[in-house]
Amino acid sequence: MREHRLLPILTEERAATVPFFGLDTLWLQLAGTLCNIACRHCFITCGPKEDRVPMMTRARLEELLLEARELGVKEFYFTGGEPMLHPEFFAVVERTLKEGPTHVLTNGMLIDESAAQRLRDLFDGSRYSLDVRVSLDGMTAEENDPVRGRGTFAAITQGIRHLAAVGLSPVLTVVEHADALRLSEARSEFLRFARSLGLAQPRVKFLPLLRIGRETRRTHGYGTGDVVHEPLPPEVIRTLQCNSSRLATQAHVLVCPLLLDAPDAQLGRTLTESLRPISLRWSACHTCVEEGLSCRT
Amino acid sequence: MSHLSRVAVFGGVYNNTGALSAVLDDAQAQGATEVYCLGDLGGFGPLPDRVFPILLDRGVTVMQGNYDHSIGHQLADCACGYSDPRDNHYARLSYAYTQAKTSQRWLPYLRALPPFLRREWGGYRVHMAHGSPRQVNEFLWESTSSDAFLRRLLRAHDADVLLVTHTGIPWVRRLPAEQGGGLVVNVGAIGRPANDGRTGIWYALLDIPSKPAQAAALLSAGSAIAVTLRCVDYDHERLCAEMRAESLPEEFVETVATGYWTTCLEILPAKERLRGKF
Repeated sequence: MREHRLLPILTEERAATVPFFGLDTLWLQLAGTLCNIACRHCFITCGPKEDRVPMMTRARLEELLLEARELGVKEFYFTGGEPMLHPEFFAVVERTLKEGPTHVLTNGMLIDESAAQRLRDLFDGSRYSLDVRVSLDGMTAEENDPVRGRGTFAAITQGIRHLAAVGLSPVLTVVEHADALRLSEARSEFLRFARSLGLAQPRVKFLPLLRIGRETRRTHGYGTGDVVHEPLPPEVIRTLQCNSSRLATQAHVLVCPLLLDAPDAQLGRTLTESLRPISLRWSACHTCVEEGLSCRT
Repeated sequence: MSHLSRVAVFGGVYNNTGALSAVLDDAQAQGATEVYCLGDLGGFGPLPDRVFPILLDRGVTVMQGNYDHSIGHQLADCACGYSDPRDNHYARLSYAYTQAKTSQRWLPYLRALPPFLRREWGGYRVHMAHGSPRQVNEFLWESTSSDAFLRRLLRAHDADVLLVTHTGIPWVRRLPAEQGGGLVVNVGAIGRPANDGRTGIWYALLDIPSKPAQAAALLSAGSAIAVTLRCVDYDHERLCAEMRAESLPEEFVETVATGYWTTCLEILPAKERLRGKF
């Protein structure tokens, strides 16, 4: 029988250990858990009323950017919730682009003509790459809306068309929430679909389901056997994002974006405090190890 | 010129002997006294065995790329670092061709190539790597390599100058002097165009001050060493004909003929991809 297990599920002594090689990627929980929609598969249970993790202030962002620079950070990812809900979203992206390449993970619903043009201006005005990733979980409303909410397909695809109109080519991020999306043809079909939305240089990224957060109610959580307790070979360790990235919120630095709600995944307030080996004792670690999940683009 | 020494550095030959000869001729004409190749001799183009004698005859110092390691050890794939199925499809075709057409007698040569090169030029510590100093198949793109990250790589490898290839698109970064300075150059690849709509290919010339003590005392490497990225034309139409004669993918031929990439597109960051056609 499968059941939802709260994190973590292994003791530190039994779990596999991952060293820390250096801070390549800094994830920033810009909007906290606030989102304009409440996807049924959301692994960190974000939504319009979810304010348990607060938005990040400009002061906190500045502190993190300066510390990350000293640590030799390579790139930044803004996530949420919906990062574009942050009242200073564009100023935040502009500031971050001065430090390094920046990725924005968005549901695209707030990208109107004006927002698309502002993103294009930021793209053109920076020597570093600005990459927008738009989450879309189907090629039709019938496939997408049951997961992301009624009317979201129309709103998301409209946002993508606005980006296409200004010559930006977002990465469409697809969660494999249905069997059809796990087929090998799904990727090429999605690329064709992206072209039909006006994207001349389409890119797609498929992500496996994470059986935590709200997804545990849509289907089920991880089972008791979904654990990583063996010592991992070096070639597997090299693929794990937690060897070179951290997630920062307003209050904490955590192991990774999946573990936002795991209190014992908090490694400190500063990045420097977080630069140490971690143990894969959480159920979600199973997906990264077994399915090769990387949240990076 | 008398106070400088001039060094030519290129990468990614990809079996393109026409480009290789053109670059070596150009470097000689420009007065380069040393020539370095940062690896990936095979892949993409035709008839790999033609590359080795040229490199040996003309005294090029060569290091090992991921392709050379894989072919030399007869591994199952090129370890290029692609993640997209379409990119991997073409990578497999390319690798299978080069593997089948590389004579056994060259495998020990490929295996023996050094994985990196260290030099001291004009008092500056120079580290040459294929992808990055920490990973042979890491892509260092201009738009996705922050100053902070590049400075970290330089410090971690005790270097003032870092020279890399692997991405196929050249760039130069001079790190701010107030942050310790430093110079990073991706020399591009000579085996195929740089997705810029030009059929010519790119390599780098470095002019190094010959009075190290004075130069090092006054200037960081980022300021003291001049870098020129040179675009060299060669008989690309002949290459197209040879590729077709060898039944290599028409997509590869199109890249040679137009200067735009038709494969390896998924690895391109948004900025670099937008400069291309596909």
